[in-house]
Amino acid sequence: MAEVHIQSLNKKFDEVHAVKDVNLGIRDKEFVVLVGPSGCGKTTTLRMVAGLESITSGRILIDDKVINDLPPMDRDIAMVFQNYALYPHMSVYDNMAFGLKMRKFSRPDIAKRVQDAAEILGIQQLLARKPRQLSGGQRQRVALGRAIVRHPQVFLFDEPLSNLDAKLRVQMRVELKKLHDRLGTTAIYVTHDQVEAMTLGDRVVVMKDGLVQQVGEPLELYNEPANLFVAGFLGSPAMNFATVRVSGSDGVLWVENEGLRVKPPGEAAGRLGHYIGREVTLGIRPEDLHVASAADSAHLGFDAVVEVVEKLGSEILLDVAVGPDTMVASVDPSVRVNVHDRLRLALNPERLHFFDTRSEAVI
Amino acid sequence: MVEGALWRRWVFFYIPLTAFIVALLFPFYWMIVTTVRPDSELYRPWNAPNYSPFWTTHPTLEHIKDLLSETLFSTWMLNTMIISIAATVISLFCGLLAGYALSRLKFPFAGSLGTAIFITYLVPQTLLFIPLADIIRNFRLGDTPWALILTYPTFLIPFCTWLMMGYFKSVPRELEECARIDGATRWKAMVYIIFPIAVPGILSAGIFAFTLSWNEFLYALVFLSSPEQKTVPVGVTSELIRGDVFYWGELMAGALLGSIPVAFVYSFFVEHYVASLTGSVKG
Amino acid sequence: MTFTALATPSVYAGAPKRGPVTRLLEDERWLAMLLLLPTLALLGLFIAYPFIEGVRLSVTDAKVGVPGQFVGLQNFERIWNDDIFHVAVWNTCVYTAVATVFKLALGLWLALLLNHHFKGKAITRAFILLPFIIPTVLSTLAWKWMFDPTFSVINWMLFRLGLIHSRINWLGDPHLALISVIIVNVWRGVPFYAISLLAGLQTISPELHEAAAIDGARAWQRFRHVTWPLLLPVTLVIVLFSVIQTFADFQLVYVLTGGGPANATQLFATYAYQLGIGTGLLSQGATISLAVFPVLLVVVIVQLLYIRRVETH
Repeated sequence: MAEVHIQSLNKKFDEVHAVKDVNLGIRDKEFVVLVGPSGCGKTTTLRMVAGLESITSGRILIDDKVINDLPPMDRDIAMVFQNYALYPHMSVYDNMAFGLKMRKFSRPDIAKRVQDAAEILGIQQLLARKPRQLSGGQRQRVALGRAIVRHPQVFLFDEPLSNLDAKLRVQMRVELKKLHDRLGTTAIYVTHDQVEAMTLGDRVVVMKDGLVQQVGEPLELYNEPANLFVAGFLGSPAMNFATVRVSGSDGVLWVENEGLRVKPPGEAAGRLGHYIGREVTLGIRPEDLHVASAADSAHLGFDAVVEVVEKLGSEILLDVAVGPDTMVASVDPSVRVNVHDRLRLALNPERLHFFDTRSEAVI
Repeated sequence: MVEGALWRRWVFFYIPLTAFIVALLFPFYWMIVTTVRPDSELYRPWNAPNYSPFWTTHPTLEHIKDLLSETLFSTWMLNTMIISIAATVISLFCGLLAGYALSRLKFPFAGSLGTAIFITYLVPQTLLFIPLADIIRNFRLGDTPWALILTYPTFLIPFCTWLMMGYFKSVPRELEECARIDGATRWKAMVYIIFPIAVPGILSAGIFAFTLSWNEFLYALVFLSSPEQKTVPVGVTSELIRGDVFYWGELMAGALLGSIPVAFVYSFFVEHYVASLTGSVKG
Repeated sequence: MTFTALATPSVYAGAPKRGPVTRLLEDERWLAMLLLLPTLALLGLFIAYPFIEGVRLSVTDAKVGVPGQFVGLQNFERIWNDDIFHVAVWNTCVYTAVATVFKLALGLWLALLLNHHFKGKAITRAFILLPFIIPTVLSTLAWKWMFDPTFSVINWMLFRLGLIHSRINWLGDPHLALISVIIVNVWRGVPFYAISLLAGLQTISPELHEAAAIDGARAWQRFRHVTWPLLLPVTLVIVLFSVIQTFADFQLVYVLTGGGPANATQLFATYAYQLGIGTGLLSQGATISLAVFPVLLVVVIVQLLYIRRVETH
């Protein structure tokens, strides 16, 4: 059983408050991803769990044991670094065996564990080589192997795929997922790539400026973002935002700006009731926009001018001007459009998001 | 490649370069020639006719033989070797540990201590030799090799520390962090992971330290008095002059043989030597 | 190959028992202190302590075998009025200034020459460092022999070339002695400057020179506007070391002239030696050594500041 509990964790570097009051409960066998832009505090949080950074205030527990004061070597964790951190003067075998040697395992035990891990990762034939003789992908596997042999309570990953080329990254992502399914060890994974977060995490923690923005399963964060930042961070191309004014007359609520005038459906309208006469931010994802047809309601669409057409094969991305704003719509590849065309886009009313302009929280 | 017309190449490149090389190496050539020249040929005045000083037709090993049999030269060689090696080992040990502490660990006054060590490197021996002579005498170390083995590190350690610091800075921090997560204590991570990686740096520092020790003169001159204790630089300059007479044959033989160990070490490790030289400057 | 071992969660090892020493050494601060201890002990004992002793000696009238009594600034007064001391100060300044200028100029020239590709470059570079590698005293002896009033090979060459008719007494002529000594110092120092400057030159990307050449700059202009400014930081560091070493130089003059003739080549260090060790006037020797210190301090500070300024540009 390896649950990790982070309670009111804070970290200050001199004046910089890098991690602000983070609370997180990670269940046994869970794969949790900390994601956010650089400087958001995700790596610092990870390093505090590892014991590589001191904790300014707060507690970290593994199961029910407070580990704040334990040195890294006593926390029974393993970490995979972005730059692999393989010991250059040792062979792959010795790299993987190092941790076990430090813990005084017997030689036959070490040999067995290293062999087993090497088989899982497919690196048996590399055991005698030195790191400089390996490719990036191979080094990554050795780094993984080094972590696996220890059978730790928790795996920590610090952007392990960032140094790989795009194709290899996709491949390793899949392998990591398979590995986790097989091993079932609790894992905390840090990345700035939202695709990795969405595909790998059982739960995702979005961070910004040291604060946790939202915690939840990937789809939950995608479909029900708690604030503007999370909404804009997950999903590619990013969600479209437009500042609109809420107006209401005779019990009918509209949101509008220079470019569009839309009537939100009942439930959303209810929530917007308090905002009549004020501005809110409207959010709609590119895939929730489509070229309007006769069947679409007039209240749920707007006119736009095509500025750029990006044909991706599986979809077409249209950069359109909506009044003073620009939006991106992801439409079916069969659509025939040209630059400077005027067209009407319809939106999916179930997928409208509204955010308070000041607090940026979802309405 | 050097560009331009042939005459330009010669005027601007080959000739100056050759001139430099000749000027820089001539004294050594002269040392060698003098060593193997018989006395009869050595002492001819500069304006004597029919005299080619640049080579000899009757090379002799007499001077070298005399040097080794009639003087304490071999003892001086042994002394210098022992002192240089011992001082180098001590300095490497201290420099390695100090360099690691200053470049990898966070602790109060780290910056000031680093600067302090740097400053001691700039303190020349000529500033300290007089009071140091007194201190050495008080510790009863006068006229023993220990006087030098313990004082040479004063100018070797700062250099070794600085060199090792530069070296450690190029080793990624993640290696120690990973080792510590793997189960190593800070000490073990330092010894098993970082030090083996730093071996080339240790080699460079060691060679430079050895050369500097061998070269040292003032402390050896002041702290040692009996002929048996002297080092090569001191012995050659003081003991090979009888009365007012300079026995140049033996002197040059002594200078030549005394230079060989350093030249030997240097020849094997030129790259390391240049690296430490430039490393100390860039650092 | 089945792999079951990892499926069963391991028992949490918990923290193994760690002894007090291990726990202490895990703390960065204690470990740092332990690692720095040998260094600080040695440097403290043989640099800091002598320095303080030197200051103490300079305010006493100690001689060899006679522990002195406090005499205040008497020694400083004495050297202030000492003609030989004045000469020594002047000589040292001239010696350092002239030698440094020549070492820098010649070293730079040599570095520029070595910065090309040519056959045997590596070997040439290796041989060129020899004057710096070989123990100073020993190569200085060779120069002494080369300068010998009766047997000088340099005189022989100059005579043969018809440039002189009577001998040049390199080391015995008070007007020439300082020049001769400077020559040897420059000879010894040029390799150090050359190799260090070469390393600095090699960090300057050739593309910068190419761009300048395309922009129309000729060789001299390229040097002045591209090479020299980029080389400045390295140059300053080298000059810093060199000036300090040269200012405190002892070996060269001791072997070549012992400070003579008639104090023509007397430097701080040789005079301090003469007084302190030669005649046993410890306190006076210590005072002279100490007189070097303020100059050294000023030189170090000025150059460090200048380096910092150049670096932040």
